[in-house]
Amino acid sequence: MAGVRALGALSRITARRYVLSGKIVLNSFDLSFFLARTHVNYEVKEDVAVIRMNDPNSKVNTLSVRMQNEMIEVFDEVLANDAVQSAVLISSKPGCFIAGADINMIQACNTSEEVTKLSQEGQKMFERIEKSPKPIVAAINGSCLGGGLEFAIACQYRVATKSKKTVLGTPEVMLGLLPGAGGTQRLPKMVGIPGAFDMMLTGRNIKADKAKKMGLVHQLVDPLGPGLKSPEERTIEYLEEVAIQCARGIVHKKISLTKKKGMMQKVQDYVMGIAFVRQQIYKNVNGKVMKMSKGLYPAPLKIIESVKTGLEQGPDSGYLAEAQNFGKLAMTSESHALIGLYHGQVACKKNRFGVPERPVKNLAILGAGLMGAGIAQVTVDKGIHTVLKDTTVEGLSRGQQQVYKGLNDKIKKKAITSFERDSTLSSLTGQLDYSGFEKADMVIEAVFEDINIKHRVIKEVEAVIPPHCIFATNTSALPIKDIAAASMRPEKVIGMHYFSPVDKMQLLEIITTDKTSKDTTASAVAVGLKQGKVIIVVGDGPGFYTTRCLAPMLAEAVRVLQEGVNPKKLDALTTGFGFPVGAATLADEVGIDVAAHVAEDLGKAFGSRFGGGNVDVLKTMVERGFKGRKSGKGCYVYTPGLKSKDVNPDIDDLLEKFKLTPNPSVSSDSDVQYRLVSRFVNEAVMCLQEGILNGPVEGDIGAVFGLGFPPCLGGPFRFVDTFGADKLVEKMRRYEEVYGNHFTPCQLLLDHAKDSNKRFHK
Amino acid sequence: MKWGQPLSLTLIVFSTATRSLSTSVQLHAQVQTKSKKTLAKPGVKNIVLVEGVRTPFLLSGTTYADLMPHDLARAALQGLLHKTSLPKDAVDYIIYGTVIQEVKTSNVAREASLGAGFSDKIPSHTVTMACISSNVAMTTGVGLITAGQCDTIVAGGVEFMSDVPIRHSRKMRKTMLALNRAKTLGQRLSLIGSIRMAHLTPELPAVAEFSTAETMGHSADRLAAAFGVTRLEQDEFALRSHTLAKQAQDAGLLSDVISFKVPGRDTVAKDNGIRPSSMEQLAKLKPAFIKPHGTVTAANSSFLTDGASAVLIMSEEKALAMGYKPKAYLRPAYGTPKVLARAGLTMDDIDVFEFHEAFAGQIMANLKALDSDWFAQTYMGRKAKVGAPAMEKFNLWGGSLSLGHPFGATGCRLVTTVAHRLLKEGGQYGLVAACAAGGQGHAMVIEAYPQ
Repeated sequence: MAGVRALGALSRITARRYVLSGKIVLNSFDLSFFLARTHVNYEVKEDVAVIRMNDPNSKVNTLSVRMQNEMIEVFDEVLANDAVQSAVLISSKPGCFIAGADINMIQACNTSEEVTKLSQEGQKMFERIEKSPKPIVAAINGSCLGGGLEFAIACQYRVATKSKKTVLGTPEVMLGLLPGAGGTQRLPKMVGIPGAFDMMLTGRNIKADKAKKMGLVHQLVDPLGPGLKSPEERTIEYLEEVAIQCARGIVHKKISLTKKKGMMQKVQDYVMGIAFVRQQIYKNVNGKVMKMSKGLYPAPLKIIESVKTGLEQGPDSGYLAEAQNFGKLAMTSESHALIGLYHGQVACKKNRFGVPERPVKNLAILGAGLMGAGIAQVTVDKGIHTVLKDTTVEGLSRGQQQVYKGLNDKIKKKAITSFERDSTLSSLTGQLDYSGFEKADMVIEAVFEDINIKHRVIKEVEAVIPPHCIFATNTSALPIKDIAAASMRPEKVIGMHYFSPVDKMQLLEIITTDKTSKDTTASAVAVGLKQGKVIIVVGDGPGFYTTRCLAPMLAEAVRVLQEGVNPKKLDALTTGFGFPVGAATLADEVGIDVAAHVAEDLGKAFGSRFGGGNVDVLKTMVERGFKGRKSGKGCYVYTPGLKSKDVNPDIDDLLEKFKLTPNPSVSSDSDVQYRLVSRFVNEAVMCLQEGILNGPVEGDIGAVFGLGFPPCLGGPFRFVDTFGADKLVEKMRRYEEVYGNHFTPCQLLLDHAKDSNKRFHK
Repeated sequence: MKWGQPLSLTLIVFSTATRSLSTSVQLHAQVQTKSKKTLAKPGVKNIVLVEGVRTPFLLSGTTYADLMPHDLARAALQGLLHKTSLPKDAVDYIIYGTVIQEVKTSNVAREASLGAGFSDKIPSHTVTMACISSNVAMTTGVGLITAGQCDTIVAGGVEFMSDVPIRHSRKMRKTMLALNRAKTLGQRLSLIGSIRMAHLTPELPAVAEFSTAETMGHSADRLAAAFGVTRLEQDEFALRSHTLAKQAQDAGLLSDVISFKVPGRDTVAKDNGIRPSSMEQLAKLKPAFIKPHGTVTAANSSFLTDGASAVLIMSEEKALAMGYKPKAYLRPAYGTPKVLARAGLTMDDIDVFEFHEAFAGQIMANLKALDSDWFAQTYMGRKAKVGAPAMEKFNLWGGSLSLGHPFGATGCRLVTTVAHRLLKEGGQYGLVAACAAGGQGHAMVIEAYPQ
C-alpha cells in the first residue's frame, strides 16, 4: 500500500534531502522588470512554439513571480499566434526543468489568506495550461519537482530524458506544505489514488523509467554522448526534437492522449470507483500517517483531506480545499521549522572557509571498523583514492566487505551498475601497513576511543606522511586538543566526528582547536562536502556540541528508568515528542558501553550538572554484557532476523536495585518529556553561549541531522523561539527545585526568557 | 609498429589514445607531394598480403544453419590453400578471430586448421576483440613477422550466429555441479528436489555490453542522434550499400568469395544478404531499438551473419622467394587520423576507403565526426578536423550492411577488398577502419603492390 512508505519518510526526515530551491528574492528595485523578458522566451518552429525557460540569476529554474508573469505573457502570445498549432515547454538549463516554487515567495506572506491567494493564482495558471486548445508537451530533463511537477502534469503530454538527473516528485510535504497548484487534484487522476498518496506523503524523487511505468510521463528519451556538440547541449536539443515530433503527432492525431487501459488498470479503476473502498483507503492512510507522525505533522493530514475533498465533492471544492489548506499549512510552526531546516541545510552544504590550498586526492583511513569502513564507503565513490588500513586481516576483511556490501546494495536499488561498483572499488586499497602513506593528503583515524592508542597512532602516522598531510581524528568525545598534544604539527590536526551508520547519517561535525589552521579546516569541510555530508564546524571541548547535548538527556533518561518508567514507555514518550528514535532504543544503538564511557568522561569534565541517573546503572549493564544492539541485549533483547524487540527481562531487577522514588509533581508524561528535552536544549544554548557553536543555525542542523531532535520543532534553537524561552525557563525552575542544578537554565537562555524580542532565528 | 592498443572513445575511427607519436612529426615534414610514392622505410620489413578469401556471407539460419563455427573457418582455410597452392607445412602460425565462442571449440583456430589439414606442428591461437577480431588476428601476424619470429602467417576470422551457446541459469549450473560432487543418493535427491521453475530459465549470450549494459543497436541510435544523423540519411546510406554490393556482385568483383559445398546442402557461392530495396520500403520500417522515435531500423543495420575469412600474410622477401605475386603492403596502426599521421598521408592521398558499416547511423556519425572541427578539438586534441573521406572512393563494393557482418570475420574481408579494389581501380593507398564494442577501433593503411 502506497501510504505506508509515505510515512517512513517523516520519521526519517533527517535522512532525506530537501529539493526545493531557496532562490534569492529579486530586489524590489530590480529594473530589469521593465525590460525584455529574461526568464521565458519562445521560438516558433514551423507550427510548433518552443517555450524555453532559463532563470539567468540562478543555477535552477524556480516558479518565481517573474517566471510566472513572463510565462503567462508568452502563453498568451502563443495562443494568439495562428501559425502555432502546438507548443513544447522546455528548460535551457542542463539538469533542471523546474526545481519547484520559490520558497521565499511563500515566506514573504504574512497571513494564510495571502498564501491561499498565491496558490489560487498557480491553480488558475495551470488550469489555463490544462485547458489549452493547443496541445502543450512538457520536455523534461533534470529535476522536475514541486511546482515544476504540477506545471508538467497540467500539460497535455510529457517527454522526459532518462538522465540520472531527471527526477520527478512532490517534496512539499518535507517542508510541511502540500502541492498547492493543483497537484493534490491532478495526481490521483494521473497515477491513481494509492500512487498519488505515495508520492505526496513521502515526497520521494521518482526516476524517469519509474515515472513512465506509473503513467507520470508518456515517453522517454535517452541522454546522448559526445557528438558534434557537448553531450548536455545536444541532449536538450534532441529532447526538443522528439518533443516537437510528439506535439505534431498530437495535432495530427497520430498520438492519442487517452491511453489504452490495461486489464489491471480497468480493475483498479473499477475498485476505486466504489465509495466504500475509497473510504477505507482514506481511513487506512490516515491511520498510518497518525501512527508514523504521532500527529505532530499537519501536512500529510491536509494532503489526505485535500485529495478526499476533490474526489468526493468535485473539483471546485477540491481546488478550494487545496488552496485553503496550503495557506493554513504555510502558517504552521511545523512548516516554518522544516523550511528553516531546509535553509540551514543549504547553508551547511557550503564551505565558509574557502577553497583549500590543495584538494585531497589520496585519503587514508585508519581502522576498518564500522566507522572507518563507513567513511571509506562514502569517500571511495567520489573519485578519491582511498586507503583502508587495519591491524588485522580479519578486521580489514570485515571492513572491505562492509564497503562492498554498501555499494552492492546500491545496485539492488538500481542506483549504480555492477560495473560502476567494480570500477569504484578499484580506488580502494586495503592494507595492514603504512605503505603509500607518503602520498596521503589526509589521514582520518577511526581507531578505538582511547587517548593512549590515539597518541600512538598519531606518532606512527606522522613518521610516514608528507608535510602537507592533514590528520583528522574521528572521535565522539575525546577533546581534540588532548589528542593533538601528541602531534608535531597541531595546526594540521582536526576532529571529524561522523555518525553511525556513516552512509546513512548526513551530519558531519568538524571540530577545530585554537591551533587548527584555517586551511586545514577548509580542507576537512571540502572532503566532508564531497562525501555528501551536511557539515557543522564547532569549537573544541569535552563532547564538542552533539555529544555534549546528548549526554544530559541520556543521564535524564537513565533517571527516568530508575524512577520506574519502563524502556517501552520511555521510548513512547520520546517518539511522542517527535524524536524519530526513542531514548532507550537510541542508547542501545549508540552502545551502552559508549554511553557509560561518555557519561563518565563528561561527568568528570562538567561536574554535577551532568548528573541525573546513576552511571552505575549503565556500568552494571555493561558488566552483565548488555551493551546494546551489538551484543544482542541492552534495554531490549534483539533477535537476529526479527524486527520487533522485547524489553530485556533481566533489566527489571537491575533497575530495581537502583530504584528511585519519583516525585509526582514532576513525573507526569508531559513533565518527563520536558525534563528530557529541556536538558538537551539548555546544553545546546550553553554551547552557543560558550562559543562552541558558530550560530543557532548550525546548532539546529547538528541536533536534527546528528541526534534526531524532532524535525517538526526545527532544532533546539527554533524550539526555544517557538515555545518561548520564558515558558521553558519556568518549567526548568520547577524541575530544578526537585533535582537541583541539572536543570539550572544557562545565562543566554535566561536572557531570552527576560526579553521576548530576543530570538535565535530572525 | 604497435597494434592491439585499445582506444578510449566509442567511435574508434578516431583514436584519442595518448600514445607518443615521436616519429609522426618527422613524417609529416616529409609530405610534400600529394602522394608519397611508397610508405616503405629503410630497415623495416615490408609485409604483404598475398591472398584473401572468404566463404559466402549468409544470413544466419540459412544454408549454414547446421554447421559449427570451425566448419566455416575450415572452409575458408581450404579455400585459401586451394587458391594459393600453398604447401600445408609452409605456414609458421595460424591466428583466428571470433566473438561469440562455441565452448566446444574455444580455440577455433586450432580445430579449423587441423581439420583443414595443416600440420599439427603449426601453432594456432584464437583472438577476440569484438567486431575487429580478425583485424587483430592480422595485426598479430604482422607483429610476429616484424619481430622476426615468423615469415608466413594465415590469419582469419569466423562468426557463426545460427547457433549460439545458450546456458542454463547460474542457479541451475550451481545445482548441477553440486550434483556431480554429491556422494549419496540422499544428497542427490535433495539437490534435485531443490530445483525450482526459476532454475530453468535459460541464459542467452549477452546482447548488451557487459560494462555498460547497453546493446549495440541502442548505442548506435544514440550515436546517430548525438551527431544529428537523420533517418533519411541512414536509409540512403543503407540503400547505397546494398545497391553498390549488388553491382559489385553482378560484375563479379567480389572475387574473394569462394564457393563452398555445405555438407548435406547445396553449394553456396554468393552472399545472400544483398537486397537493394527502395527508399519507400525502407521508410516503412519501425525503429528496432529506441521506440518510438529512434532512427536505427533492421534495414539500416547490419544483419546477423554466418561466415569466415582467411588471408595469407608474408614478409615480402618470403613471398617473392616462394614465387607469389603479392597484392598489397599492410601497414597497420590505430585510428584513421592517427594512422594517416603516422604514415605521413592526408585524406586526399587515399584512393580506396573501406570502413566497417555496423549501422548506417554509426558510419554516418563517424563521417560527421571526422568532418567536425569541434569534435577534433574537444575529443581528439587536434587543432582541426581530419576531413571526411570522399564518397566516390568509399565502400564502393558494398559493406557490412549489405554483404553481412560475421563479427569475427569482417576485418579480413575489409583488407582483402581494399587490396582487390586497388588492383581493380588502380590507386596507390587504401584505408581500412572498423569500430568495435567496448569503445575500441582499428585502422590500417594498405599500399598497392607494384604490378
